Amino acid sequence: MRPSEPARRGVSLAHREALWALAFLIVPLAFFLFIRIWPAFQALWLSLFDWHADPSQRPFVGLEHYQQMLGDRLLLKALQNTLAYTLLGVPLQLLLGLCIALLLNAVTRFREVFRAIYFAPYVTPAAAVAWVFSWMLSPNFGIVNEILGVFGIPPQPFLTSPSQALVTVTMVVVWQNLGFQVVLFLAGLQNIPRDYYEAARIDGASNWQLFRHITLPLLNPVMVFSAVIGTIGFLQLFTQVVNLNFTDQGGPLGSTLTLALYIYQQAFARFDLGYAAAITVLLFVIILAITLVQLRLLSRRVEY
Amino acid sequence: MKRLSTLLIYLLLILGSLVMFFPFVWMFLTSLKPFAEIFELRVLPQAPTLDNYREVLFKTQFPRWFLNSLIVALITTASVLFFDALVGYTLAKLRFPGKGFIFVLILSTLMVPTEMLIIPWYVMSTEYGWSNTYWGLLFPGLISAFGVFLMRQFFQTLPTDLLDAGRIDGLSEFGVFWRIAFPLVRPALAALGIFTFLGNWNAFLWPLIVVQTADMRTVPVGVALFSSEAGTAWNLIMAASSLAVLPVLLVFLFFQRQIIEGVVLTGVKG
Repeated sequence: MRPSEPARRGVSLAHREALWALAFLIVPLAFFLFIRIWPAFQALWLSLFDWHADPSQRPFVGLEHYQQMLGDRLLLKALQNTLAYTLLGVPLQLLLGLCIALLLNAVTRFREVFRAIYFAPYVTPAAAVAWVFSWMLSPNFGIVNEILGVFGIPPQPFLTSPSQALVTVTMVVVWQNLGFQVVLFLAGLQNIPRDYYEAARIDGASNWQLFRHITLPLLNPVMVFSAVIGTIGFLQLFTQVVNLNFTDQGGPLGSTLTLALYIYQQAFARFDLGYAAAITVLLFVIILAITLVQLRLLSRRVEY
Repeated sequence: MKRLSTLLIYLLLILGSLVMFFPFVWMFLTSLKPFAEIFELRVLPQAPTLDNYREVLFKTQFPRWFLNSLIVALITTASVLFFDALVGYTLAKLRFPGKGFIFVLILSTLMVPTEMLIIPWYVMSTEYGWSNTYWGLLFPGLISAFGVFLMRQFFQTLPTDLLDAGRIDGLSEFGVFWRIAFPLVRPALAALGIFTFLGNWNAFLWPLIVVQTADMRTVPVGVALFSSEAGTAWNLIMAASSLAVLPVLLVFLFFQRQIIEGVVLTGVKG
């Protein structure tokens, strides 16, 4: 297209740019409207009906599903578990990630090799890896109990015990997520200018003071990011829970059941899609609320 | 003192590395053992065999699952790279009414958890006949809101003079985007591409729902359902897991620096 063409056509430059923008955006906008935005409202809409394959046969039930949630003991269990996973897993992976990043930052040789090893689990398919762990954690024939035995620790039931299963699943998820945290924290540490430490050292600051007053505050943005990402991840936990205990998903005795798994079971095992949709609305509200609170609480800007 | 603490740090790092890497080693070793050996708990296989792999590769539809995963991940990645760059560029560099609103609209979709969309997607797929097809597998991921956000950040750093030079040379607006702007954000594209590919390759929830027949499964779904039927044949289950995990690990080993730098790039920018 020649530069003189718009003028000849009598279309102003601004007009021309807007037309191009429209041409560029029309397909993506259609995608977002029909695949992302409309279905979100449709979930809200479906939650007001009892499910039937034929749309004309879906009875309107209003807020009945939301009332049903109040008396649903399994849902309560799923909510409690999901909260427990999050409260256990997010601080744990944050802390471990930070520690390993600090160790890596303190060495020079083999740093990249270590970083790659710690990161490797993050890229592997969670479904397949969960099967590896369910083999390793098998109470009778698992290698983990064998290793514990070397140290004189009696065999543990792990995934087969209602009191240990949730913690065990959390460990597997943390194992898989850890590398992501390490890489982020290491990058954050390396972004802190050396001068800050040198200046503080001249002023007689101790190692702990350096960490407390320089490293931690300057890592704050990275920590907020990793806490938010981690929380959203744990609130939607599904793949590992399903595959670690495939024959009794969410078991034993509902001790590993998560919200996402409960939604899946209601929708695709019981085909109660209306009720399942109502629970997804609840999940949406929870994620939104927690993310907003976290962003507000954690994101104090620090500048030197 | 200094040397002692360095030694201690290396010891801790090595211990941690063992924890991180051992599951892969144990998976691979078990996959080489005949069934009779797996409950003996000797570390190395006494009579290593590839029979487990033979069984998984030829008695299931694993090769087909691999192909399915490849098709879905490649198409999705190509689509995300093109459209996310195009939208990010438009939002960063073109002037038009409603720009701010469109940006917020796209960003707001990030707040909606996938679980909420999956039920309507499932309803759509059954109504339009998309279930159990490639289109059904890949339509939810064709454009990523996060990628749009990321690409917009990167395009904003490009000097507008460069684009104007292209316009003066007679390139169309699409030409300016495709020939000048797109190649200049290659690092960001690489990072986004790797993430999109991995995310789709490893995806589990949606493929589990939209696929009904064995021949349309992706690798994670195929491996999970195969394993659930294999009972205590952990040698076979570990062979299937190895077939799912090792190719990803291998690709990661080759490109580990680029992949990790991509994480940093998206983590810091995003």
